[in-house]
Amino acid sequence: MIKDTQSYIVRKESWNDYHLLSLESPKIALEGQPGQFIMVRITEHFHPLLRRPFSIHSIDGRNVEIFFLNSGLGTSLLSQKKTNDTLDILGPLGKGFNLNDHFKEKDVAIIGGGRGIAPLYFLAQRLSSLGASIRIFYGGKTLADLPLKDKLKKAGFDTFFSTDDGSFGFKGLITDFFKAELEIFTPIHIFSCGPEPMMAKIAKIAQKKKIPAEFSLESVMGCGFGACWSCVRKIRRGNKEEWVKICEEGPVFSADEIIWKEGDK
Amino acid sequence: MIDLSIDLGFLKLKNPVIAASGTFGYGLEFSPFINLDKLGGFVVKGLYYSPRQGNPPPRLAETASGLINAIGLQGIGVERFSEEILPRLKNYNTAIIVNVCGEYEEEYVSVVDFLNKKEGISAYELNISCPNTKKGGLCPALSPENTYSVVSLVKKISLRPVITKLSPNVTDIVEIALSAQEAGSDAISLANTFLAMAVDVETRRPKLANIFGGLSGPAIKPIILRMVYQVASCVKIPVIGLGGIMSGSDALEYLIAGAKAVEVGTANLIDPEATIRIIDELEEYCVKNGIKKIEEIVGTLITQ
Repeated sequence: MIKDTQSYIVRKESWNDYHLLSLESPKIALEGQPGQFIMVRITEHFHPLLRRPFSIHSIDGRNVEIFFLNSGLGTSLLSQKKTNDTLDILGPLGKGFNLNDHFKEKDVAIIGGGRGIAPLYFLAQRLSSLGASIRIFYGGKTLADLPLKDKLKKAGFDTFFSTDDGSFGFKGLITDFFKAELEIFTPIHIFSCGPEPMMAKIAKIAQKKKIPAEFSLESVMGCGFGACWSCVRKIRRGNKEEWVKICEEGPVFSADEIIWKEGDK
Repeated sequence: MIDLSIDLGFLKLKNPVIAASGTFGYGLEFSPFINLDKLGGFVVKGLYYSPRQGNPPPRLAETASGLINAIGLQGIGVERFSEEILPRLKNYNTAIIVNVCGEYEEEYVSVVDFLNKKEGISAYELNISCPNTKKGGLCPALSPENTYSVVSLVKKISLRPVITKLSPNVTDIVEIALSAQEAGSDAISLANTFLAMAVDVETRRPKLANIFGGLSGPAIKPIILRMVYQVASCVKIPVIGLGGIMSGSDALEYLIAGAKAVEVGTANLIDPEATIRIIDELEEYCVKNGIKKIEEIVGTLITQ
């Protein structure tokens, strides 16, 4: 865990309401793992008061990249930052995806919805370097919600797209597309991040097919490093269910640990 | 060399800055960021006798220059605390204060009774003021009688100094503070959070699952500061001020108003190094103003 108060924005990319910031922070870049996150201070003043959590989208040499959707006061102010501005960040935080050598030459599925694609790019890069054979399923409401489609293709990932309105790729939900794809494709592991109903559906599909799955969960956070106990989620541990801190024990949890909200099942 | 130390009478602090309960975990969460030995002290997260699940999420809502929390004192209970945490805190050379909670009066007593037998604790802070554990924020600190009752019960058996943490959600804070003093409390920490709420207008639902929570942060500082001034003018025991301290200047306001020490809470969440920065800023202020001993400025508000 490092506090870096002098993290420069070295690059910024924007697609309507989606933004990517590349922050120079060599120490965090050195330690960060796929699925981990950083806490970004939005302003040195007191409104908004709290830092905001962002999963690591990618690590590019000395730079840590975040990708986010402008969806409130914090992200809106952050999206107005410019190249060469400095940010105060903490990281890397949390526990990321469970990665190991047994993915080598194996089929792995990555499913991202909307801004949930954020941590999955870094994950795909790492899985790729581990020699896994990856398929990425990337869904959004409309074409404008798939800002990373060219980047994923350019990186050489085998990527499938869906939009709710059919403006790009498969028309419908990415979960439906993925389910159909499983008739001809049997991944040994599923990784996913996106809206809760999407992840809950993926979990159900994974369970039916007996494929292990991991999900990166989202929460409002007070501190990001375990001190305030705000970001809890009910997690299954053996026979017990308990409130577990997403920032410390997550944000990535395995399918058998997560208790999905009623209505998302 | 500036003397930043503070003598509370029952406890000597290296400096007036204590990390506040509920924002500092069990202390160890902050060791990657700061040298805990540099603190005046820290108050570990509120402890009930048994482990506690706390409230369902969402537990947090951000407001203008503040935040409302309804954690509900989720925690590990005294046994796990003594086995897993206390031994690891032993190596730190700072005042370690345990925030003691109870659903009933007897529970405060049993927590203190249990912890009395353990080493490595400098004092107890009686949390009779958490607004999050019962609907509507009921707690002993809302009445002088209940405050007197629980404080005197604990004082009877406590082998350590007792700091009573009061609630700001009362009409007459001085009356409650005097009750705590009369019951034998060694100090007062003032104050816990303000009972508050926030509404999501899109869903028309409360932003907290618990509906109510406790407001903290810079938004509440002027009100608590007023209370600290009122109480410090009336009680003989030391007052520890807390509420929205983000900087050395904020801490100084409390000291000048009469607080002997301060607790820093919400600031820890935003900046895990906040306590250390505040200590440094206090020292800078002393250097700049030719103050040799920081205790000299306690209660020096000029009103004429």
